Amino acid sequence: MTTIAPPAAGTAASGWRGLVADWSGDRLAFAVPWGKAMMWIFLISDTFIFGCFLTGYMTVRIATTAAWPNPSEVFALTIGGASVPLILIAIMTFILITSSGTMAMAVNCAYRRDRVRCAALMLATALLGASFVGMQAFEWSKLIAEGVRPWSNPMGAAQFGASFFMITGFHGLHVSVGVIYLLTIAARVLGGRYEARGDYTIVEIAGLYWHFVDLVWVFIFALFYLW
Amino acid sequence: MDHASGQQHPIGVYLKVWALLFVLSTMSYLVDYFHLQGLLRWSLIVVFMLMKASLIVAVFMHLRWERLALVYAILVPPLCVLVLVALMVLEGDYIFLTRGAFFGG
Repeated sequence: MTTIAPPAAGTAASGWRGLVADWSGDRLAFAVPWGKAMMWIFLISDTFIFGCFLTGYMTVRIATTAAWPNPSEVFALTIGGASVPLILIAIMTFILITSSGTMAMAVNCAYRRDRVRCAALMLATALLGASFVGMQAFEWSKLIAEGVRPWSNPMGAAQFGASFFMITGFHGLHVSVGVIYLLTIAARVLGGRYEARGDYTIVEIAGLYWHFVDLVWVFIFALFYLW
Repeated sequence: MDHASGQQHPIGVYLKVWALLFVLSTMSYLVDYFHLQGLLRWSLIVVFMLMKASLIVAVFMHLRWERLALVYAILVPPLCVLVLVALMVLEGDYIFLTRGAFFGG
């Protein structure tokens, strides 16, 4: 590669043209395909969004003088006459981890050019994600039926509802979008679009998004449901 | 290593991490199931959370096989959130005490 000297003052383009020239100065910082670098940048910005939500939740939980509802009891389900604490959340956690595992194997199959198996594993991942969203819808309806609202709830501190709906709602939105994203990519894998191009990086990039959704759930599970 | 060809690793690695994540999730669920309380509960929750998070980021998201330039670009900026957390802990405590003073706890 030839060495690129910075343009001398006066000869450099100015305005928008100059901005583009400066940012596309043929200097490569990250030795990864651009799509992957862009996905990482998006995920970092998403990290800050969820970081702010969780920090906000922490702040209102510290600051409230009313007792915080015990998540262990709020999210308990009665199975066979016995109340099992947090069981639905535990099942949702296992489902999301399983979907992360199938996604990782889909990436592996993609790079081995095993088109059918890759698409099947992505489809399995999307189905697991959809069932996760379904369980979340069940959990929401149950809590709403019990009188939990973003501004009040019968169990204790009013801020509980706001934090719950905001954090799990935003995460559920990410899972839903991820399901659509995975189905789109899986259909294209099966259709042979990436085979023709000879490049399956897109599956790995979609995988990054999906693993991130799982990663966020790890933090929500620990900090909101278990704390 | 040719990065254009992407991240390819044996499926066995994924299966092992998958199993580990299952074990760690079960253990963090058991923290709640056995009603552990206080400092023990919180430290266990955080330890299991960080272990799960690092496994996902390192193996599933392939970060341990990426070049250091990318790894640091990804991992260092989110640490800024910790500054916000520290500030908000102080602020939250202050609001709590103020509320106690005004509303008589």
